[in-house]
Amino acid sequence: MSESTTTTPLLEVRDLRVSFKSRAGTVNAVDGVSFSVGAGETLGIVGESGSGKSVSMLAVLGLIDNPNCVIEGEALFKGRDLLTMGDDELRAIRGADIAMIFQDPMTALTPVYTAGWHISEQIRAHEKVSKKAALDRAVQLLTAVGIPNAAERVNSYPHEFSGGMRQRVVIAMALSCQPSLLIADEPTTALDVTIQAQILELLKSLQGEFGSSIILITHDMGVVSQMSDRVNVMYGGRLAEAGPRRDVLRNPLHPYTWGLMASIPPTDGSRVARLSAIPGAPISPGDPDRDHCLFSPRCTFASDACRPQPALVEHSQAHFDACVLPFEQRPELRRQMTAVEEVAP
Amino acid sequence: MWRFAGKRALAAVLVLFAISVLVFLIFFATPGSDPAARIAGRNASQETLDQVRASFGFDRPIWIQYGLMMRHLFIDRDLTSFVNRGAQVIPQVTQAIPVTLSLVFGAALIWVLLALVMGVWATAARGTAIDPIILILGVIGVSLPVFWLGEVVNLITQSRLHDSIFAWVPPLGYVPLSDGVGPWALHLLFPWLTLAVLYAGIYARVLRSEMVQSMNEDYVRMARAKGIGETRVLLRHSLRTSLISVVTLFGLDFGALIGGAALLTEVVFGLQGVGKLTYDSLTNFDLPVILACVLYASFFVVFANFLVDLLYAWLDPRVRSV
Amino acid sequence: MTTLDSERTQVTSTPTAGPWRTAWRDLRRNKVAMGSLVVLVLVILVCIAAPLYASAIAHTDAFTSNVNGTITINGQTISVLETSSEGLGLGVNPIGPTWTNQYFLGADNQGRDVAARILYGGRNSLVIGFTSALLCCFLAGIVGIVSGFFGKGVDAVLSRGLDVLWAFPVYLLAICLSIVLINSTIAVGPVRLTSGSLWLPILIIGIIYVPYVARPVRGQVISLREREFVQAAIGSGAPDLRLLRREILPNVLPTLIVFLPLMTAINMLTEAALSFLSIGVQPPDASWGTIVNDGVGLLYTRPWVAIAPGIMLAITAVALNLLGDGVRESLDPKAKLRGAA
Repeated sequence: MSESTTTTPLLEVRDLRVSFKSRAGTVNAVDGVSFSVGAGETLGIVGESGSGKSVSMLAVLGLIDNPNCVIEGEALFKGRDLLTMGDDELRAIRGADIAMIFQDPMTALTPVYTAGWHISEQIRAHEKVSKKAALDRAVQLLTAVGIPNAAERVNSYPHEFSGGMRQRVVIAMALSCQPSLLIADEPTTALDVTIQAQILELLKSLQGEFGSSIILITHDMGVVSQMSDRVNVMYGGRLAEAGPRRDVLRNPLHPYTWGLMASIPPTDGSRVARLSAIPGAPISPGDPDRDHCLFSPRCTFASDACRPQPALVEHSQAHFDACVLPFEQRPELRRQMTAVEEVAP
Repeated sequence: MWRFAGKRALAAVLVLFAISVLVFLIFFATPGSDPAARIAGRNASQETLDQVRASFGFDRPIWIQYGLMMRHLFIDRDLTSFVNRGAQVIPQVTQAIPVTLSLVFGAALIWVLLALVMGVWATAARGTAIDPIILILGVIGVSLPVFWLGEVVNLITQSRLHDSIFAWVPPLGYVPLSDGVGPWALHLLFPWLTLAVLYAGIYARVLRSEMVQSMNEDYVRMARAKGIGETRVLLRHSLRTSLISVVTLFGLDFGALIGGAALLTEVVFGLQGVGKLTYDSLTNFDLPVILACVLYASFFVVFANFLVDLLYAWLDPRVRSV
Repeated sequence: MTTLDSERTQVTSTPTAGPWRTAWRDLRRNKVAMGSLVVLVLVILVCIAAPLYASAIAHTDAFTSNVNGTITINGQTISVLETSSEGLGLGVNPIGPTWTNQYFLGADNQGRDVAARILYGGRNSLVIGFTSALLCCFLAGIVGIVSGFFGKGVDAVLSRGLDVLWAFPVYLLAICLSIVLINSTIAVGPVRLTSGSLWLPILIIGIIYVPYVARPVRGQVISLREREFVQAAIGSGAPDLRLLRREILPNVLPTLIVFLPLMTAINMLTEAALSFLSIGVQPPDASWGTIVNDGVGLLYTRPWVAIAPGIMLAITAVALNLLGDGVRESLDPKAKLRGAA
C-alpha cells in the first residue's frame, strides 16, 4: 500500500487477480497483488517462473489473448483504470504512454521488416507524422541507444543484429513515443552476462534522459540490485515482500527472499562450497488449496501458524512482508538458514 | 543472391535431365512390349515399324536410343505422331499452351482471392462459429473430386438449368482471346470456378493454419504492445509472415498447373489445352505426344521450383544471408 | 536438492498417462473427429455388406450385363434398358432411380444396378486408398529415417531421388506408369501381377506420394538427431540400431500416423481420377472412379449414375480429412506445448 508517498502514483495496482479457467480447474496466476509506481521511479519485481510477475503486467496492459482469462481488480494509470477502459483508449496508451519490452529480442520483431520500419510503425500509430519524419526519428533513437552507424542500420533486418544490439533496437522502439512508464519483462535474460550490464546501464541513462518510470521484471536478484528504487518479491501470484531496494537487500524479511539472496554468487571474491538452492519446487498454480502462505511447503521454518495466508504487514518505512515469523528474530533465523545450507551434505 | 540463383539453376537442369531419362525408361525400357510398335501405333505396317526402328535406333544400346529420341524432339523437331497421321508433335503442344494458360491464370486469380478472404476471415474470427464453418468449406472443397465437380457443373449449367438461370452459359469449348474478352471469359467462367474450388480449399486451410500460429508468436504480442490496431496486426504482421510459405506453395502448384496438371478440368469442359492433349494422347496411346507433354510438364514443374526458391529468398530476408 | 524436513516438502505431481493414451483421450474429446470416425466406419460397413445388399436386397448381380433385363414396378413390367437418341449419344436410356430395393439408383448403360455397383466399387476404392496410403507411409518412413539418420552419401542419393520423383508432376507420373503397366504383366521373381490386379494402382499410387511424406519425416529425424538426448546416447556408445528403435522411431511414428488419414483421402481421389481416365481399376472390377466414368455418357439423362459415386467419394474424403485434422491435433506435441503455456 502506498501511504508513504505523498504524490499521486503514476501507476497504482489494487488487488489485481488474474485467473485462467482450464479443463483441469482454475489457475490463479496473480492472486491479490497491490503496488504502485511513482513518476521517475524504478520498481523491480522479482520472482521465479510462475510467480505471476509477467502475467500481472500483461493483464494490466490488456495483452492477454486468452478467452478463458478473468481479470479483476484495478490498475489506475494517471488516475484512469486500465482494466475497465475501452479497447481504443487502451490502444492509445499502449506504446505511447506505457511501453513494454519482452525477454527475447529476436522473436519480438517481425522478421520481414527493418528496424526503421518497426520504430516508424510505432511512432505513426500514435502521432501524425510523415514516413520520412518517423524514419529520421528512428535514426536518432538508434543513435541514442548506442547503435553505431544508425543511419545505415536503420535499414537492417532484425536477424542482422546481434542479441544485445537487437534489444537496444527494441528499447529504442519502446521509447520512441516518450512513454511515462516502461515495463521491461526480463530484458536481459536472453543476453550474455557482459551485455546485461550494458543494457541495464542504457536503461538507467535513458530513464534519466526521458524521465520515465520503469517496472523491471526479473528472476535475478542481481539485476534488481543494480537498478531499482523499490523491490517487490512475488511468490505464487502473491506479494511476499516489498520495500525500498536498500532495505530489502540489506535486511530481507521473508524467508523466500533469503533464499533468493543466498543463490546469488558472491561478487566479493569469496568462494562458496556450493551455491544454495531453495529446496522444493515452485507452487503448482492449479492447486486449489491456497489459504496458507504459499511458500510454507518449502520453508525451513514453516509451522501451523502459516495457515491462513499471512497478511502483508508494514514493518518499517514502506517495507512490507507477508510472514508470521517474529520480526525481531528474522536476522537470526536467516543466519540459521544460510548456515544450515552450507552444512547439509 | 546471384550465386544462390546459379546453384539452383544448375540443380534444376540436372533434375530435368534426370526426368527425361526417367520418362524414357518408363516408356522404352519396361519389359513386356516392343517400343517400336508402341510408337508406330496399333495397326502399323511392317514398313512403318522398320522405319521407326531405324529412326529411333532400337537395335542400338539404350543410351543411343535416348540420345536419338532427344534429338528428334529438340533438335530436329520432327517428332511426328504416328497415330495422328503424321501430325507434328511440337506444334500440337504449342497450340494447346494458350488454352491452358488462360484456364490457369483465371482460376489462380479467383482461388488466391478466395483463399485470402477465407484465411484472413477465419483467423480474425477464430474462437467464434465462423472459423469452423470456413474450415469445413475448405475441407469440402478439397474433398470434391474435381472431375466429378466439373461434370456436376456441366449438368446444371448445360442441361438442367440451361433454359432458366444458366441460359447465358455457352457450350463447352474454348474461344481464343482474339475473339473478344467477353466470349473468352464466358467460356472459361465455370472451368475457372471448378478448378478454383479445389485450390481455394487447400490454400484457405494452409493460410489459416499459418496465421493462427503466427498470432501466438512474440512479434504479434510486441506489435499489440506497441498500440497497433488489431486489423493492422492481422494483415501487416501475421499475414505478411504467413504469406511466405503460402506463396512458395502457390508457385509450385501454379507451375504444375501450367504444365498440364489441370487435365481433368480440361477434359471435362472440352478445353483443348495441354492437359487435354496429354489425355487424348494417352487414350490413343500416341507415344510421341505423350513424351512431349510429359517433358513439357516436367519442365514447368522444375522451373517453378527454381522460381519459388528465388521468391522465397526475396520474401524472407533471413534466407538471403545463408 | 537438499531438504531438511522431507515431510514438509510438497511434491505436486499428477500421474501422467502415456503419450498414446493422452492422444487417444484428446481425440475422443474432439467431437468433429469422432463424428468423422463414425461416418467412416458406416461407409466401410456398408461397402463390406455389398454382397449382402446385392443378393438379399437388390436381387442382382452387379457385374453381369443385364441389357435385356426387366423389372416389375407397381405391377408394370419395364425393361431396364431402352434405346434412345437423347443424351450424350450412347444410344441407350437405362431406367432411372426407382428408390425401391431394386435399382435404387437406377441402372447404368449395361443395365446393371448402380447402387449395388457403388457398394462394390466402394470396397475397391477404400482398399486401394488405404493400402496405398499404408504403403506410402511405410516406405516414406523407411526412406526418411535412413536418409535423415545416416546422412552424408546415403542422404544425398536418397534426397536427389526424392527430388526427381517429386519433380515429375504427380498425376502425370501415375498416368504414365499406369498406361505402361496396365497393358502388360509384371513378373518379378515369384510375384506376378496381371494387368487387372488391384495391386498395380496400389503400388503406383503408393510410390508416387512417397516424397510428400518422406521429406517431413527426414526433416524430423534430422532435428531429432541434433537434439541433446540423442547426442548423449551416441556419446554413451549405444549402437545405431538400438538408438533408432528407442529414440527415433517412437517420435517418427506419430508423424506417420498423422499422415495416414490424409494420404488415404488423397490416394482415394487419385485412384478415382485414374479410374475415371480408364487407367486405374480395370473392368470387370469397379471403383467409384470407374462408375463416374460410366456415368459421363448418361450425364444428362441419368445423372445419378455419375453423381452418386462422387458424393460417396466426397463424404469419405471429408471424413478422412476431418479425422486427420483431429489426429494431428492430438498427436502433435507442438500443439500441446502451446496449450500449456
